[in-house]
Amino acid sequence: MNRPHRGATGSRGLSTMEVKSKFGAEFRRFSLERSKPGKFEEFYGLLQHVHKIPNVDVLVGYTDIHGDLLPINNDDNYHKAVSTANPLLRIFLQRKEDADYSAFGTDTMTRKKNVLSNVLRPDNHKKKPHIVISMPQDFRPVSSIIDVDILPETHRRVRLYKYGTDKPLGFYIRDGSSVRVTPHGLEKVPGIFISRLVPGGLAQSTGLLAVNDEVLEVNGIEVSGKSLDQVTDMMIANSRNLIITVRPANQRNNVVRNSRTSGSSGQSTESSLPSSTPNILANFLQGEEESDEEDIVIEDSGEPQQIPRATPTSQSLESLTQIELHESTQNGFLPSNEMNLNHSAGSISMEYEVQDPEHKSLEEDGTIITL
Amino acid sequence: MRRFLRPGHDPVRERLKRDLFQFNKTVEHGFPHQPSALGYSPFLRLMAIGTRSGAIKLYGAPGVEFMGLHEENNTVMQIHFIPDQCQLVTLLDDNSLHLWSLKQHSGTSELREEHRFTLKGPPGSPPSATQVTAVLPHSSREVLYLGTESGNIFLVELPSFRVLEDRTITSEAVQQRVPEDYCNRRSCELVEALREHPKNPDQILIGYSRGLIVLWDLQNNKVTHHFLGSQQLENLYWQRDGSKFISCHYDGSYTQWPVSSDNRQPEPLENVVPYGPFPCKAISKIYWQTTKNGLPYIIFQGGMPRASYGDRHSISVVHGSQQTAFDFTSRVIDFFIIFSSEPTAEFDDPSAMVVLAEEELVVIDLKTPGWPAVHPPYLASLHCSAITCSHHVSNIPLKLWERIISAGSKQNIHYSNMPWPIDGGTNVAPDPPQRDLLLTGHEDGTVRFWDASGVCLHLLYKLSTVRVFLTDADPNDNMNALGEDEWPPLRKVGTFDPYSDDPRLGIQKIYLCKYSGYLAVAGTAGQVLVMELNDEDAEHVVDHAEADLLQDQEGYRWKGHEKLKTRDGPVRFEAGFQPFVLVQCQPPAVVTSLALHSEWKLVAFGTSHGFGLFDHQQKRLVFVKCTLHPSDQLALEGPLSRVKSLKKSLRQSFRRIRRSRVSSRKRRGASGNASEVQEANAKFDQEALQEMELAPVQRKIEARSAEDSFTGFVRTLYFADTFLRDSSRHCPSLWAGTNGGTVYAFCLRVPPAERRMDEPVRAEQAKEIQLMHRAPVVGILVLDGRSTPLPEPLEVAHDLSKSPDMQGSHQLLVVSEEQFKVFTLPKVSSKLKLKLTALEGCRVRKVTVANFGSCKTEDYSENDLAVLTNLGDIQIISLPFLKLQIRYPCIRKEDVSGIASCVFTKYGQGFYLISPSEFERFSLSTKWLVEPRCIVDIPEVISNNHMHNKSGMENAARKS
Repeated sequence: MNRPHRGATGSRGLSTMEVKSKFGAEFRRFSLERSKPGKFEEFYGLLQHVHKIPNVDVLVGYTDIHGDLLPINNDDNYHKAVSTANPLLRIFLQRKEDADYSAFGTDTMTRKKNVLSNVLRPDNHKKKPHIVISMPQDFRPVSSIIDVDILPETHRRVRLYKYGTDKPLGFYIRDGSSVRVTPHGLEKVPGIFISRLVPGGLAQSTGLLAVNDEVLEVNGIEVSGKSLDQVTDMMIANSRNLIITVRPANQRNNVVRNSRTSGSSGQSTESSLPSSTPNILANFLQGEEESDEEDIVIEDSGEPQQIPRATPTSQSLESLTQIELHESTQNGFLPSNEMNLNHSAGSISMEYEVQDPEHKSLEEDGTIITL
Repeated sequence: MRRFLRPGHDPVRERLKRDLFQFNKTVEHGFPHQPSALGYSPFLRLMAIGTRSGAIKLYGAPGVEFMGLHEENNTVMQIHFIPDQCQLVTLLDDNSLHLWSLKQHSGTSELREEHRFTLKGPPGSPPSATQVTAVLPHSSREVLYLGTESGNIFLVELPSFRVLEDRTITSEAVQQRVPEDYCNRRSCELVEALREHPKNPDQILIGYSRGLIVLWDLQNNKVTHHFLGSQQLENLYWQRDGSKFISCHYDGSYTQWPVSSDNRQPEPLENVVPYGPFPCKAISKIYWQTTKNGLPYIIFQGGMPRASYGDRHSISVVHGSQQTAFDFTSRVIDFFIIFSSEPTAEFDDPSAMVVLAEEELVVIDLKTPGWPAVHPPYLASLHCSAITCSHHVSNIPLKLWERIISAGSKQNIHYSNMPWPIDGGTNVAPDPPQRDLLLTGHEDGTVRFWDASGVCLHLLYKLSTVRVFLTDADPNDNMNALGEDEWPPLRKVGTFDPYSDDPRLGIQKIYLCKYSGYLAVAGTAGQVLVMELNDEDAEHVVDHAEADLLQDQEGYRWKGHEKLKTRDGPVRFEAGFQPFVLVQCQPPAVVTSLALHSEWKLVAFGTSHGFGLFDHQQKRLVFVKCTLHPSDQLALEGPLSRVKSLKKSLRQSFRRIRRSRVSSRKRRGASGNASEVQEANAKFDQEALQEMELAPVQRKIEARSAEDSFTGFVRTLYFADTFLRDSSRHCPSLWAGTNGGTVYAFCLRVPPAERRMDEPVRAEQAKEIQLMHRAPVVGILVLDGRSTPLPEPLEVAHDLSKSPDMQGSHQLLVVSEEQFKVFTLPKVSSKLKLKLTALEGCRVRKVTVANFGSCKTEDYSENDLAVLTNLGDIQIISLPFLKLQIRYPCIRKEDVSGIASCVFTKYGQGFYLISPSEFERFSLSTKWLVEPRCIVDIPEVISNNHMHNKSGMENAARKS
């Protein structure tokens, strides 16, 4: 399979790097010189050439060391991909017209297979139209600051991703009062504030929240007029995908909108939504959340399963079978049977994933199984 | 996502909603919290009770009741009906006077506040100058006499509350002709009592606190008689013919004074200290009632020997040689005597004594020998022992109803047969549409059965579970065991008894099957009793079974309370519900959920450790399931009981005090006193509270996890005959929901009736659902093929419900504190959900299916969910589509006990506790409303007496 490239006949080993490229069900393997990767344009041409698809527009993606699928679309991330590839650079190509942008970088290794299935089954995502204006950038959607472009500069909207991490959210809230400018002059109004951060928690380790930040919204719903207990309940109910809009106590680190650079990590897909009001944001989040939170049922057969939607999409999973076998073991995923309950039938596994093609109807439109 | 697209207002649905739903707080049941004043109108035959929160409630014949609330929310100090009027005056502790009227409006009477007034003194005068201490509505109905702290008596005109300044009776004018040596000692006295002469409306008797009593002539504006009392005065009472009056005093004595035209400064006829010779407490009120046979009734409040009985709340009735000191369970607020009010009648002939104590109303029949108590049709003391849970059963079959009433009547034989003496007004409300039972479980191990069909919440029957157990209560500890020659002749009356013998007896869950008469009750120490209704007394052994919910979990130690000890051998039970089997959960943690299926003869119960199923036909445990997370130490050890330990120890000390009061009657200066303990306790609470306030209130934000405490706590149990395994065969099933968001489903095999005793009931776990949001599961329900909730057991057998649709596919509704979710069955796939907490920040506290009928069309009704949230809002959510229909604020969100106590009925009504002793009844339905509708007519009164009054007043007015 190995094809010599650019007359690189010399020493194998440190200077050259193996590339495995996949388009549809086809694989190509070739090698690159690590020290002279060249420009992205050239690489793109090379890929079109080896796959014999000279006139097909494709999206180029690679899996990084964390197993995340990241795009290659400029020299910078091309070089990054080459320099970090160890030992193999895995490339995935998608037709541009039916590409699924959300497949990129969605999550960590444990979900790799689903990421793959995204790539392989682009038609699986018709139900979730993502309006993409710009190309997705090189970022990993962990906890982040979002909606910078639609919020006042004094506010900050923070998304805390609970899944994929064992870290606790790790913060406390309290009652307090803030001073507002109103038509009647300055007024003290009651508010909810961050009172404490737990060391090592998500809030503290991401640095997105700070003590004395005032909480304005929780998942798009304003907290003014709500009691501390109500806000607590709302946050806990949304704890799997918690989006808090705060007025930071320290206003010096605010994102200045006009100086935004293209690689800014302060952006997410949400920011490119044509949305401008919190309400629409809430809608969007709500819709997205639907797939985020699914219950588990254990039938008497003893197999824990995710509870499907009652109107199944009945998508074919045939393409799944084309995944190379070693991929799934590489993912390191095994259904755990650690928690043995009294009943022999009952073993719950929180991180259960579909492996058996028989369980077709379990696939969701979101495929992202977030447990 | 579609939920957020503003649902197009469907005008048809909106109109239907108006025909179905409407929120009303309809009536308050039970005994008013903290009563502070009592009034009675012999003319209207209505009684009025005022409270410390400014409420005023009027009661007449059963079903006749009115309620008013003073805006100020101040304590009502006094209530006086205007003679022969539908009006009354209240005095509040802010010294304001309020005039209330009963006015007819569209077929019913309504209580309305007409005027308010505060007496104002001249500028610069001290507030005491106008502080009202005594109120006398004159029989002319035109003036009020207001005695004040300064000793002056002001006249105000009714209904305008205009002060007639020129007719003020000043203390100077009164003291003019009082002997100097007497007068000097007593200046600046407050007016303690004002009494109009029973025959001559132109004379009023004025009593000052230092002992001086004068008879004032209204026509001539002068004193006609002086009565020089030597003791501090408490109250006055005229004899019916006006020839004598009686005064009672602070030192526990009462004195009779003659009134005749020849002696203007008479000496007392008689001075008696009824419970002397040792120092006695004050007699605060006294009645002197004449009878045909000549022997008067002397009825007085207090007067007990200060040292040995000073803590008793007593009213003594003396009639010839008969004397009884009624000993009340709480402080006496006030009392009145119902006697012949005919102006022409020669004698008082008292028929009943009505006593308002702080915690209950007691009525004593004075006509029947032995003076038995009368069973009140309303104002029941719900809290005679603290309410621990409630259960409502709608539409009781007549047969069961009659059997419960008959069991209850056997318990009430010691009550008087006298018809209820307070019988004013007419109840015009339609008869209640159905027979409803409200069952309350109490801390002392009793269950009370209340007739909740109408406006009057009436006790039908009281069930005690105590007999099954051995408690440390001394069976010989009889409060009424008094010998013949005991003095004072105390007799305990009333039912209020907040001291529980053993908190483990407390009832936590109740389930009554109205068709079979099976009743299951479960308590604080893990006891589950199944009972059957028996119309006769019976003596039998209660079968006993243990359910070890920790089965295979090794090495855990329960640190909570012990299980209750059971009585060995046969136990005698009175007619009514008699327990036949006791299932004891191990560890003996509080039972948190209970379900009974009378057709399958199964009872399911759950605690913080797990749940079990018991076959009460074969008396065999079917299975147990441990739901405990292995790391959940808190639930294992039973912290719930540790929290209660302070309360328990307090209760025990109360009990000790109460015992010592009885047994050491002769011992002087008993070691403690309940009020002191209470005070100390209150102080402790306050300190603890202040300490808590110093720490800033913080809330931790964290996702729930499987390792959280009390995830295994079983919150709900549900029996259903549904499609659990496959869609072709349905089978009996048991569902359980836990605090950690897990739902377990067990498939049951119940042998057919003919082999029911021979084959065992089998159970097998069929499903386990873990809700990812892990919120506590508070309700589970199966909807049939027509999306109608499955009927109750035996409901179909009794032709009271259509058979469920077993053709179409069933659906499972799981209600957690945060979300409502519908799943398909038998394959569990999620179909619909409604998120509550994530969007509104409120949580589900109570949920029930309620049937709502349209007030417009007879034949339309639908099932919806009635939901109470932790913010005290009530929401109605449609079935099966989970659409929010309407929302009403109902309970203040701070009122945690009110929210916790709420029960919904099957037809869209509900009850919640507004105080330990009162249920508020509310209705969400347009069709099922139970509210008082009554009329108070002014009885025709044309008597010479009034004509005379009128002219007398006119004369007086002209003269002044």
